[in-house]
Amino acid sequence: MGRILSSQEQELVRLLQDDIPVTAEPFAGIGAAVGMSGDEVLAKVKEWIADGTIRRFGAMVRHQKLGYNANAMSAWDVPEERAEEVGRVFAAATEVSHCYQRPRADGWNFNVFAMIHAATPEECHQVAAGLARQVGIEGFELLFSSREFKKISMRYFVEQE
Amino acid sequence: MDATEKKIVTLIQAGFPVTAHPYAAIGAQIGIGEDEVIDRIKGIKESGEIRRMGASFDSRKLGYASTLCAVHVPPEKLDQAVEVINSYLNVTHNYERNHHYNVWFTLIAPNRERIREILAEMEEQAGIGPILDLPATRLFKIQVDLPVING
Repeated sequence: MGRILSSQEQELVRLLQDDIPVTAEPFAGIGAAVGMSGDEVLAKVKEWIADGTIRRFGAMVRHQKLGYNANAMSAWDVPEERAEEVGRVFAAATEVSHCYQRPRADGWNFNVFAMIHAATPEECHQVAAGLARQVGIEGFELLFSSREFKKISMRYFVEQE
Repeated sequence: MDATEKKIVTLIQAGFPVTAHPYAAIGAQIGIGEDEVIDRIKGIKESGEIRRMGASFDSRKLGYASTLCAVHVPPEKLDQAVEVINSYLNVTHNYERNHHYNVWFTLIAPNRERIREILAEMEEQAGIGPILDLPATRLFKIQVDLPVING
């Protein structure tokens, strides 16, 4: 789980979570800003990718601009003892980008969440129906986003926390 | 985007090369030079197709706590509630969804205590609640690299 990063590592996190410079040697540039060599930065990034500290290292595209016009949050009422198995089935679907188990709450009797991406809302419904058949679970809801109020990347180790 | 730009986007979405000359490495894979890759990526970024090109950290590995929150907000309170919720840099995604719980947002903070504190502040300031606090207990899949289907 969590661990204490040195102040230099925190500085590196702050830079890597922003845009990588579009220059011939971007890691050397980042290193210069935090007092490391380019090779040291590369080694640290590789270490963080290998141990999962960096989940993803690459370009984040705007899905809607690239043809995925619909996304639906599917929420499922899965018996606790089947959650692991069902979660794995959902995770294997290419249309599912995120899948988590979460606690139930007052007025919210769903415990497995899967984000579905497709070209149209109809396709999202079809994907969800297919998943329902695969796992034999009928209790689910499909929540479409009607408005995006905010979408940013988290910035760690910055002042306001 | 033309065919070359789509190839570049697919490559750098899947994984930015962790090497001294990453743009040369990308160019080598699709048969163009480092300078052209750099020019193309600058162009793609200007067009807004790429939101950001960098690292996504696992909040837990950095010692942070995260959660998914849902709250019912009546229409007359919606604008103010969204303003209050979005005012926190800890809120990374916030959507209106078609459900009784119509506002869904993600929250990341240094610890669980801070999360509870922020949710209490939001309930108080926006006059909404209770806000459901649904931290993940198991992760089955996080993010996938969707292929470019319709650039």
